[in-house]
Amino acid sequence: MLRKVSNFVTGTARMAFLGGNKLYYAWLGLLAFCIVQGLFAYAQQFEHGLIVTHMRDSVSWGFYIGNFTFLVGVAAAAVLLVIPAYVYDWKPIKEVALFGEMLAVASIVMCLLFVMVDMGHPERFWHLIPGLGHMNLPSSIMAWDSLVLNIYLLVNLSVASYLVYCAYYGIHYNHKIVVPLVIFSIPMAISIHTVTAFLYNGMASRPYWNSAILAPRFIASAFCSGPALLLILFQILRKVSAFEIKDEAIHKVAELMSYAMGFNLFLFGAEVFKEYYSNTHHLVHYQYLFAGLHGKPSPIALYAWMSLIFAVVSFLLFLIPKTRRMPLTMNIGCVLIYMSVYIEKGIALIIPGFTPDQLGQVYEYVPSATELRIAAGVFGIGFLLFTLMVKVSVVILFEREQGPAHA
Amino acid sequence: MSDLTVTPLPVPEPPAEGFTRREALILGLFALAGAATTSGCSSDQKAMDEFVQKHFKDLSPEELKTVLARMEKNLTKKYGKPVTVSATPAMEGVLFGYALDLSRCIGCRRCVYGCVDENNQSRDPQTHYITVLEMDKEKGVDLQDANAYYDHETVPAEGKFYMPVSCQQCENSPCSKVCPVGATWKEPDGIVVIDYNWCIGCRSCIAACPYGARRFNWGEPNIPADELNPVTEYLGNRPRPRGVVEKCTWCLHRVRKGLYPKCVEVCPVGARKFGNLLDPDSEIRYIIENKRVFILKEELNTQPKFFYYYGL
Amino acid sequence: MTGAKPAVGTVAASAKPAAALFPVAPPPFSDGVFPCSECHKPGDKVDRVPHKVEFHEDIVLHHDEKNRWCLDCHDAAHRDSLHLADGRLIPFTESYRLCGQCHGPTLRNWKAGEHGKRTGSWSGAKQYLLCPSCHSPHSPHFKPLKPKSPPLRQEAIK
Repeated sequence: MLRKVSNFVTGTARMAFLGGNKLYYAWLGLLAFCIVQGLFAYAQQFEHGLIVTHMRDSVSWGFYIGNFTFLVGVAAAAVLLVIPAYVYDWKPIKEVALFGEMLAVASIVMCLLFVMVDMGHPERFWHLIPGLGHMNLPSSIMAWDSLVLNIYLLVNLSVASYLVYCAYYGIHYNHKIVVPLVIFSIPMAISIHTVTAFLYNGMASRPYWNSAILAPRFIASAFCSGPALLLILFQILRKVSAFEIKDEAIHKVAELMSYAMGFNLFLFGAEVFKEYYSNTHHLVHYQYLFAGLHGKPSPIALYAWMSLIFAVVSFLLFLIPKTRRMPLTMNIGCVLIYMSVYIEKGIALIIPGFTPDQLGQVYEYVPSATELRIAAGVFGIGFLLFTLMVKVSVVILFEREQGPAHA
Repeated sequence: MSDLTVTPLPVPEPPAEGFTRREALILGLFALAGAATTSGCSSDQKAMDEFVQKHFKDLSPEELKTVLARMEKNLTKKYGKPVTVSATPAMEGVLFGYALDLSRCIGCRRCVYGCVDENNQSRDPQTHYITVLEMDKEKGVDLQDANAYYDHETVPAEGKFYMPVSCQQCENSPCSKVCPVGATWKEPDGIVVIDYNWCIGCRSCIAACPYGARRFNWGEPNIPADELNPVTEYLGNRPRPRGVVEKCTWCLHRVRKGLYPKCVEVCPVGARKFGNLLDPDSEIRYIIENKRVFILKEELNTQPKFFYYYGL
Repeated sequence: MTGAKPAVGTVAASAKPAAALFPVAPPPFSDGVFPCSECHKPGDKVDRVPHKVEFHEDIVLHHDEKNRWCLDCHDAAHRDSLHLADGRLIPFTESYRLCGQCHGPTLRNWKAGEHGKRTGSWSGAKQYLLCPSCHSPHSPHFKPLKPKSPPLRQEAIK
C-alpha cells in the first residue's frame, strides 16, 4: 500500500514536470519567477512587519483580503459547475468535476496563503486549530470561515487526489465514497462564500457592507468568475489534449453565466438605488467608490467604472446567442467577466468599506509594491499547483494507455 | 480499495490534558517557531516560550506567575530598568464608566500625549489611542465633516468644537464578538482588554469597531527607554509586540488601583469624568442622572460606557 | 503610585485647614503676594471708591467690572481672608463659597464632581481644585491654549 502511494507520488511528479511543450515550460518558468520574487517580498514583510504594506489603521484590510475574497468565490463556483454538468448530463462529467475540484483546491490554497500573509502573527495560526487553540465559536464569523474553508479544502483535496489515484492505477473509483463527497461539496461551496460574505456583512460598523444582499451578490458574482476560468481552461485542454467537451456544453455554461451576471447586476443596481435614493450618510462610501470625497478624485474610481462596464459588456456578450457562440466574443466575455469580478472583490469591496473610516477620516489606500509582489507570488503558487494538477490529470486521463501503471 | 477514505484531520482527539497538548505542539511546530525567531540563540528560548504560551484565561495561577516573571525579566533587560508586569484582577462591585463634557473640551490634545506616555504607546511608528475631532458648532456632531488633523496657534478655534474619541468600552462590544481566537474580551469591570500574546493580528476587530478605537502595530513599536512607564499590566500598558492590536483600557493599571485614568488627570479643563457606575454617589452617576448625556452611534446597540454630554 | 500626591487639605500656607468635605489644592497665589497682611496693615486708609491700584498693576478686572470692586470679595479689615456677601469671613481655601454666591449651579456641579478637574482616586480620596486654579477671579474666562501637535497623517507613517 505504502509503496503504491509512493509510486503514485513519484509517477505523477514525473508526469507533471516531464513531457510538456515549450509553452508549458515557459508558463512554469513564469510562475516560478512570480513565486521567487514573491518570496523575496514576503521575506521583507516578515522582517519589517506589515508596515511595508500601505494598510494602516483607517484601511486595515486591503489587497490581500480582497484577493482572498475573490478566490473564495472562484473556489466555490468551480465546484458549482458540477451542477450543470449533472443536470445537462455532459459527457466528460467526471473530468469537469475533477477540474472543478482541482481549481477549488488551488483557490483555497491561495485563500489560505492570502490570509497568512495578512496576519500580524502567522506563526500563531495554531490558536485557530480546534481543540488546540481557542476558537471563538459560535460568535466569530472569522473562526467559522477558517473552519469551513479548511474542511472544504480537505474534501476537495481528498476527492481530487483519490480520483487521480484511481485513474493512475486504472482502477474504478468507489462511488460510495466519491459521490456523497462531491454532493457534500456543493452546499459547502455555497456555504464558504456565504460565510465569507457574512464576515463583512455582519459588521454594523461598516455600512457599506452591512447590507442583507451582500451574500447573494457574492454568490451571483462567483457564478460568473469561476466558470469563466474553467471555460478558458476547457478550450485550451480541448486543443492540446484528448479532452472532449461539446460546444453546446460550453455555450450552456456561458448562458448560465449571463444569467448569473444579470442577477449580479440587478442586485448591484438595487444596492445603488437604495444608497443614492435614500441619500443618507452611508452614501459616502459609494461616492468614494465612483467619484471621490471632498472634491478629490478617488484613486479607485477608474477601476470601479471599469468593473461595471466590463460586467455590462460581458453580460450582453453572453446574453446574445450569436456572440455567446462565437469563440472570439465568448473568450472576450470570459476575460471581461473575470476582470470585472476581480476588481469588484479585490478593490471595490474592501477599500470603500474602510473609506472614509469610522470617524469620517479619509486615508487613500492603494496597495504598495510589496503587496502587489506578494500577491503575485501567491497567485504563482496557486496557478502552479493548478497547472501541475491539470497536467497530471491530462496525462493520466487522455495521453496514457489506460490500465495499471508499471510498478 | 475500501481503505481509501478521507485523510484523517491533522487534529488530535478531544482535549487531552493541557501539558500533552503543549508537548505535541512543541514537537509538531518547532520548525515554525524557529522560523519566527529572528536572531540569536537566547532569543530562541524566548520565542519558543512565547510561541507555546496558552491563552491568558487558560493559564493556571502558577503558569501565569511564570509568564509574568519571564516578561519582567525580558523587559527589564530590554529597557535597562526594572519593569513590573502584573495581572491585577477586576475589583468586585465595580463597573467603570466615563463621561466627557463637549462644552468644555478645547481640543488641546493634552490627553492624547498624556495617554501615550502613560500607556507606552509606540512613538515611531506613531500610535495614539485618542483621536480629537474638530467639528463645526453650526453643524453639530457630523463625523463626515470632522477633522482630526487641525493645527491652530491656539484652541478652541472660532466656531469649532472638539470631540475626543477613544475606546468606548462597549457592553455589547463588536470587537470581541468577531475575534476568531477570543484574544479580546470584556472584563468584569467592563474594560475591554486584549491578550497581546494570543492575538494573531487578523485585524477583524479593527474592522468591527464602530469608533476607530483600535490600533495595529504595523511596524516594530518603539519607546525610548527613559520614557518607558515601568509599572505595567499584562492586559494593559506593557510594551506590545509588533503585529498585534492594542487599544485604550482606561488605564487599567491605574484604575484597578483606585486611581483616575491619566487622561482625566491631565485634562486642563476638567472635561473628563470617570468613576464606578454601580456607586450611586460617584460623579459619573451624578452626570448621567443630572445631565443630558448621549452615546456615540447609539443605533448600533453597542452600549458604550463612554458618555458625552454638554455641561453648559 | 498610590498616594504619591501630597496629602490634601494641609495646604494654604497660613490659612486655616480647609473644610474636610472638599480637600482642595493650595490657592494659586502669585509669588510673594500672600499673606496680604505683610503690606496691608490694619490701620491703613481704605478708599472704597474704585480706582487703579499701583502695586497690583497686573490685575485687570474682567469680572463684571462695572459692578464689582476688590473689596466686594477681599476684606479690608482682615486682609488674609475673603468675605461673603453677608460679611462672614472665609479663608482663601474656601473661596468656592464666595464664587458660589453668584455661580450657584456651578458650585453644585463642582461639589458633585461634575465641574472642574478631579485628581487622586475615583474610589477614595479625591483632590479638588479651587475655582481660581483654573479661573483667575479677576478675569475668569478660560484662556486659549496652544494645542499639542496633530497626529501624523497615516500616509506619513512609514
